[in-house]
Amino acid sequence: MTITGIAAIGAGLAAIGAGIGIGKIGGSAMEAMARQPEMHGKIQSSALILAAFVEAVALFGVVVALLQG
Amino acid sequence: MDLVTPGFGLVFWSIITFLCLLFILRKFAWKPILGAVSDREEGIKDALASAEKAKLEMQNLHADNERILQEARAEREAMLKDARDMKNKIVTDAKDEAQVQANKMIEQAQAAIQSEKKAAMAELKSHVASLSIEIAEKVVRNELSNKDKQLKLVEDMLGEATLN
Amino acid sequence: MKINIFKNVILSALFLTVFNIGFASETKEAGDDEKFDPKEMIMHHVKDAHEFHIIDWNGKPISLSLPIILWTDNGLITFMSSEFHHDDAGQEVVEKNGDKFVKFHEKIYQLNDGASTATFDDEYHVTNASKPLDFSITRNVFMMWVSVAVLLLIFIGSARSYKKSKNGVPTGIAAFTEPLVVFVRDEIARPMIGEHKYKRYMPYLLTVFFFIWINNIFGLIPIINGANLSGNIAFTFVLALFTFIITTVSGNKNYWKHIFWMPGVPVPIKIFLIPIELIGVFTKPISLMIRLFANITAGHIIILALMSLIFIFKTWTVAPISVAFSLFITVIEIVVTAIQAYIFTILSALYFGMATEEEH
Repeated sequence: MTITGIAAIGAGLAAIGAGIGIGKIGGSAMEAMARQPEMHGKIQSSALILAAFVEAVALFGVVVALLQG
Repeated sequence: MDLVTPGFGLVFWSIITFLCLLFILRKFAWKPILGAVSDREEGIKDALASAEKAKLEMQNLHADNERILQEARAEREAMLKDARDMKNKIVTDAKDEAQVQANKMIEQAQAAIQSEKKAAMAELKSHVASLSIEIAEKVVRNELSNKDKQLKLVEDMLGEATLN
Repeated sequence: MKINIFKNVILSALFLTVFNIGFASETKEAGDDEKFDPKEMIMHHVKDAHEFHIIDWNGKPISLSLPIILWTDNGLITFMSSEFHHDDAGQEVVEKNGDKFVKFHEKIYQLNDGASTATFDDEYHVTNASKPLDFSITRNVFMMWVSVAVLLLIFIGSARSYKKSKNGVPTGIAAFTEPLVVFVRDEIARPMIGEHKYKRYMPYLLTVFFFIWINNIFGLIPIINGANLSGNIAFTFVLALFTFIITTVSGNKNYWKHIFWMPGVPVPIKIFLIPIELIGVFTKPISLMIRLFANITAGHIIILALMSLIFIFKTWTVAPISVAFSLFITVIEIVVTAIQAYIFTILSALYFGMATEEEH
């Protein structure tokens, strides 16, 4: 396997991690919104911010993969 | 690899462009826009506050009006009551006076009747006396012939005609 | 209203998609004799370039020539990129002031003294040349200036319309921009920084928000699709650098205390936390930089890769699937343009808020 291939696998793994993380955030945000519809706006913006934090970690992985690729 | 290494030229131009954009927009766009927005918000807030104040004032005014109206109504009520009382009083006074007057008149009338009655009685008495004298005269004249009998008759008649 | 917006998004996505096909196909025609290389095509569109390539017409590229500005040992050298005659393989040599330049993979090389053509090693690196400092007006710089012009037009225009209108009611373009400005103020600056201090940071946050957003949108417009400015790490680096500088400069005593002597924990942990917090100071802006760059670039790569499927499989049958997927991704990308601008701005505001937070 070439280094590019390994890098691609690394990017894929990073995507899995981010997917799990963002999925959890999204699920909890939905639940919270269903429970407290009046807090809808606040929950949505905090969920977006948290998703951005999780995503950043995955993107670090992607960038490392890009560095190798 | 190329993708994640910042190009020097673009960094240079980005810094310059961004700084220029920031300063120009700050001076000519954000300041007026934010100023206008916050001015308007202040204006709305002020307007709301003054509307609230006006409403409160209106309420006060309304309460005042209500109070004045109440007072006026009470006053009218009192005046009416006074008037009614006065009327009643006048009526009763008049009635009393009339009663008194009537009583007095009745008394006077009674007194007059009494005196008339007395006078009438007296007259009647005198009449009766004169009548009886006349009768007596006649009887006497009649009876003079029979002197004893006549005297006895006069005495009987007088005894019968006892007055009152 | 909501349905209308949705319809507009779908329609614009369709429009963008159709042009993207044109893009991919045109690249393919250009190298008809060679095998179609999706990676090269995609990278060509994602990266910066020295000329503004619009379309190929009858096998001839129609492009806007942009000035090349170089700082060499002999001073400043400028010439138009058209002098390379669209060559990107290092074959065309341009001679200025006695220096020879070639363009290879969108990089300008200055040939060493005595060399007349560029030579390459096995891994396609130029062996007999050095790289001068390149201040060229590339297509990203060009698009950045276009976006600046558009921003100035929009916002100075809306600022003017306030003066014209009585009692400050927004008219014209201000009716469109004011809700956005108020959104940045009420949803980003106020809750993140706090009621008392947010005013100082408003110009920066607003500028960053609209600058990123408009460049994200420009990156999606097909004719200028190549100008992927907000997906260029140099651009995001600069924005993240500004956020970092502002955070560091406005950091108060409380902020630094939390970094160097975390209150409320035992001393060994305090010492242990110092390097972690110090690293955190730098990873915050770096993650800002990476996030914007990777999101936008990934979006472009995916759209172009889906389009490339048609040319990889060389059949029209995959076209509907490819177009449908590309349409779907484009719709998402339109949303992402706003979301990434929002995230960059709100995280910047969050960092400013952390830096200026008072002890409690």
